[in-house]
Amino acid sequence: MREQIRFYRRGRLVEHADLTPDTTLLDYLRLKERAAGTKEGCAEGDCGACTVVLRRLREGRVVYEPVNSCILLAGQADGSEVITVEDLADGELHPVQRALVEHHGSQCGFCTPGFAMALFALYHAPDKPAPDRTRVVEAIAGNLCRCTGYRPILDAALDACGDRREDRFTRDEKEAEQRLQSIADDADLFVGSARHFFAAPASIATLASLYEQHPDATLVSGATDVGLWITKELRELPKIIWLGRVIGLSKIETEADELRIGATATLEQVRHAFTAIDPDFGELIRRFGGWQVRNAATIGGNIANGSPVGDSPPALIALGTTLQLQRGGKTRVLPLEAFFLDYKKQDRAPGEFVRAVMVPKLANNERFRCFKLSKRYDQDISGVMGAIKVRLDGRKIADARIAFGGMAGTPKRAKAVEAGLAGASIDDATAIDAALRAIHEDFTPLDDMRASKSYRLSAARALIGKAIAEIAGTATAATRVFGRRADAHAA
Amino acid sequence: MHTLPDERPAGNAAVSGIVRHPIAHDSAQRHVTGAAIYVDDIREPEGTLYVAPGGAPAARGRIEKLDLKAVRRAPGVVAVLTAADIPGRNNVGAIVPDEPVLADKEVAFHGQPVFAVVASSFVAARRAVKLARIEIKTEKPVVSVDDALAAGSRVLDDYDFVVGDTRAALANSPHRLDGTLRIGGQEHFYLEGQAALAIPLEGGELLVHSSTQHPTEVQHIVAHMLRIKQAAVTVEVRRMGGAFGGKESQASQWAALAALAAQVTKRPCKLRLDREDDMVMTGKRHDFRADYQVGFDESGRILAYDVQLNARCGHSVDLSPGVVDRAMFHADNAYFLPAAAIRSKRLKTNTVSATAFRGFGGPQGMMAIERAIDAIAWKLNVDPLDVRKRNLYGPGRDQTPYGMKVEDNVALELIDQLEQSSEYRTRRKSIAEFNSANRFLKRGIALTPVKFGISFTNTLMNQGGALVHVYRDGSVHLNHGGTEMGQGLFVKIQQVVAEEFGLSLERVKITATTTGKVPNTSPTAASSGSDINGMAALAAARTIRGRLVDIAAEQHKVPKEQIDFRDDQVVVGNRTMPFEELVEAAYRARVQLSATGFYATPKIEFDRAAGKGRPFFYFAYGAACSEVMIDTTTGEMRILRADLLHDVGHSLNPAIDLGQIEGGFIQGAGWLTSEELVFDAEGRLTTRAPSTYKIPTTFDLPEDFRVAFFENSNREETIWRSKAVGEPPLMLAISVFAAIADAIHSLAQAKPVPLDAPATPEAILRAVQAVREGS
Repeated sequence: MREQIRFYRRGRLVEHADLTPDTTLLDYLRLKERAAGTKEGCAEGDCGACTVVLRRLREGRVVYEPVNSCILLAGQADGSEVITVEDLADGELHPVQRALVEHHGSQCGFCTPGFAMALFALYHAPDKPAPDRTRVVEAIAGNLCRCTGYRPILDAALDACGDRREDRFTRDEKEAEQRLQSIADDADLFVGSARHFFAAPASIATLASLYEQHPDATLVSGATDVGLWITKELRELPKIIWLGRVIGLSKIETEADELRIGATATLEQVRHAFTAIDPDFGELIRRFGGWQVRNAATIGGNIANGSPVGDSPPALIALGTTLQLQRGGKTRVLPLEAFFLDYKKQDRAPGEFVRAVMVPKLANNERFRCFKLSKRYDQDISGVMGAIKVRLDGRKIADARIAFGGMAGTPKRAKAVEAGLAGASIDDATAIDAALRAIHEDFTPLDDMRASKSYRLSAARALIGKAIAEIAGTATAATRVFGRRADAHAA
Repeated sequence: MHTLPDERPAGNAAVSGIVRHPIAHDSAQRHVTGAAIYVDDIREPEGTLYVAPGGAPAARGRIEKLDLKAVRRAPGVVAVLTAADIPGRNNVGAIVPDEPVLADKEVAFHGQPVFAVVASSFVAARRAVKLARIEIKTEKPVVSVDDALAAGSRVLDDYDFVVGDTRAALANSPHRLDGTLRIGGQEHFYLEGQAALAIPLEGGELLVHSSTQHPTEVQHIVAHMLRIKQAAVTVEVRRMGGAFGGKESQASQWAALAALAAQVTKRPCKLRLDREDDMVMTGKRHDFRADYQVGFDESGRILAYDVQLNARCGHSVDLSPGVVDRAMFHADNAYFLPAAAIRSKRLKTNTVSATAFRGFGGPQGMMAIERAIDAIAWKLNVDPLDVRKRNLYGPGRDQTPYGMKVEDNVALELIDQLEQSSEYRTRRKSIAEFNSANRFLKRGIALTPVKFGISFTNTLMNQGGALVHVYRDGSVHLNHGGTEMGQGLFVKIQQVVAEEFGLSLERVKITATTTGKVPNTSPTAASSGSDINGMAALAAARTIRGRLVDIAAEQHKVPKEQIDFRDDQVVVGNRTMPFEELVEAAYRARVQLSATGFYATPKIEFDRAAGKGRPFFYFAYGAACSEVMIDTTTGEMRILRADLLHDVGHSLNPAIDLGQIEGGFIQGAGWLTSEELVFDAEGRLTTRAPSTYKIPTTFDLPEDFRVAFFENSNREETIWRSKAVGEPPLMLAISVFAAIADAIHSLAQAKPVPLDAPATPEAILRAVQAVREGS
């Protein structure tokens, strides 16, 4: 067992045996290290001003992952090298910094360190060919700028990343890999006392026994939600079990007819697997949050957290996903929709944790669509999120599974609409319209700051109608303002 | 001023390569390396304490009990401040002393600061805040514009401009329309939240670092509050991480609390607002309900316009007199109104006091008339652009409703140019084709102008000051009353001074704004920063330059006309010497190498009682053409293309000005589309975080975005014949809102589109459904 959190900083190993368990990485940098280059814009992972890059090993390879340091615990940097905006220039500006200056990409400058770091990560992303506009937009979706209107930042990114040369970090990569290897142990990490600790078990077995022993501990996966308990609710979290070091818990396995995804697979990792199921699902995960959020947030966290507006559950439920839970040595499996009992209440016993999800792939006669409606396209919480899977029998709907987020206290199926659609022809607009009217039986949504009840109901209904129109053959160029698909697989 | 900069030899600017060149922001290198220091980044003196405010748990009522026992006992707490701790005036009101630093007996909005905790850390202070028990005898709050109109609730008297007999002109018009437009407010969302660090000095003096657009006001408020002399308070700001009007009056309260904490504890005290507190406790753009009637002829020409601008001002006066006046000054936008009644109501509500925000009421005034113009076009079934062009100011049709003559009349030329370059007419046709072929999706296009008046409408504020020192090594210390919030003011003034001395930019050292160097300043606001401070700095530099010329002429026996400053050198007849050599000679001859400069904008005056005068030195113009696509089943919207053409006169720095134009447009587009402020029935702001309040991201940038400068000079004698650029481009985004309305209008040609702002997906869908009903 290891009793210090350790990470690299500017080439030196930093070890901490006495950090308060809920210290954020940003507070560590600004208050302990007194490195003020990294900024706090919102302290909730929404603006990206606090972006730092974790250089770490993933499957034996060195990767550069931007994260929001304001809601990342300092302990989550364990095993990584923490790179901040002060570290990029080496006598002269880093190419991304130089491009930001040359393209007038900063005005007030407060968001700039965060943009510089996101672009630095993009500079080191293994993109071939060089990132295009879409890719750049995606890379900085988690960074807000209130001054420039983004055009000069976009141009700076295209310029700097269009011609990526060696920088100090590529030159140092071999040594960095060795450094990171040297601290990549399989030991359980435990810092603190039995009443006050930051623990990061290395195996599923230790995790299970530790959590059984401390069912009052807070399980932290990416901390993109728990981080806000700390920075916004000011909760004291004396016992933290971080799942990020558990070997085997983030594995993505592709079986013949399903994907088995470990609870701590990040959204960035599952995104590609889900795109393979359906491009809508991949785009949904991309819009789930900015790059920084997707690098930290995990599929298990998004489910276990039980938010009524979590984006992955409706899509997973429509696909017929099952969930594996574990407590001590025992595991159980249940349909995902059965996990969500009520508003913020899940079927999870004390000491029990999410182990994996099993996501069925689409059969040849199955079609899937999902849509997310929000005030802003990127990095927003859904007002309505809807997903539908249709099993076709020729041009007839054999059956449909439809689930929505934002329509009830939990992610929930539209069973009345499903029943009405069964047997209808996808070309029979009247029959489909009649079935859609049952949306009022399925849901009584709330009015809130994201959307009103009436908007939610009419939009939800329209989304199912649109999905069926697309499945019947209407090209997405005629149905969508955003998120068009090349592969409109018509019936 | 006799010699205008651009009346100097034409080659001069080209030789220097400084003024009118696209020079990077002076702090760009520091921004990208994290080396730029904001208030929260200043290394605190040892023993610094941290302050967090505690807000009211109700929007309206009497404080019955303020139980802070548990707060005082909380770990790390050093002091707890209430109104009773304030030795002097408990006020942060900028114009009228009606807003307390800490609420005393009454609370007037949800979250209003009632007490403040001073503790050993930021977290300790915030945790302690949560332990307070505040009991309030509540009354039903007045929340919305409609509530306030129903209750007759006002912060200020109604105020109107009237030209001609509008009632008769309306009655006699061949066509008449009326309508209502609701225009939402806007959260500034400067990336750097409000922050201040107060350091007690000897003799009861204070140094306050404040992220403020108005150091002088902070100084005055702190001095009054602590009952000390203004001279005992120095307020300094090197830069802000964005402001947009949100730190004009709104920075004072936090600086005041830090200063009060410092005086009580005798230790340095820092206050920085958590984002949520910032969104709840600080003012925003005023939301409006505009009720209009317009009379017009067959050609769409307006004969009479009557508009009532109902502004939600919040619980106190703050800057509302200026904001609502400016809305009235822009109720005409670029259009001639032969008969007009521009009326205003300044409504008092139990919400945070609305405040300055880029455009300062102008955008809301313009929104109303642009909607009226669209309504005319819909009624007459003609292209809205034709109605716009038919109504522009022009020779003989050039009197504004407030009696100022529009002398330049460039709007038509500018619009014509943009109409061509944006291929407006061709695109309008292809949009019609697209719309007839598509069931789910519709496109829309609009081209709208902006005419924005430049000067503070409160004439006395149009003054600026500067202080310039030249040191013996030839380096220059530049200071002026303007503040840097990202807009590039500092580099522009650095350019002006470097140009005047013929020095390279690096020789001119930019320094933090401080009340200790230039006193009694106006806020950096109203887009006036470079106009007034640039002229003041030029005057200071010119004074020193004049002294240097004198000494050179005297010592080298050369006529003054043969002395020139360029390339870090001074040309004295047929001799060239380094700048510092002449400076040293001047020093040795006991010539003063320091000077102040001052500027007061000429020509302006306004008689508010009569509603007549010339409130503006000049107008800045622009126009934008935006094309959008909407989904008629979900209300989703995307800007497909935007073409901007903007008038900055002779730009002091085209790179900086381009940034203002693009950034202003996107910020305006956010205001009118995705940025929605929601207050619940109890007056609680429910959109109090970036998770619920959505400013644009990179994705929202139009895929096809074309921005150009309109070739123009400033007919008035401004600094290097430039024009102010801070605010006007924001209003170019009205074209986006009008384009969305145009897309909805395609669903039912005969009907008016009841789209309100912001045009969120929900608002768009609501308007779509309204237009479709019964058609």
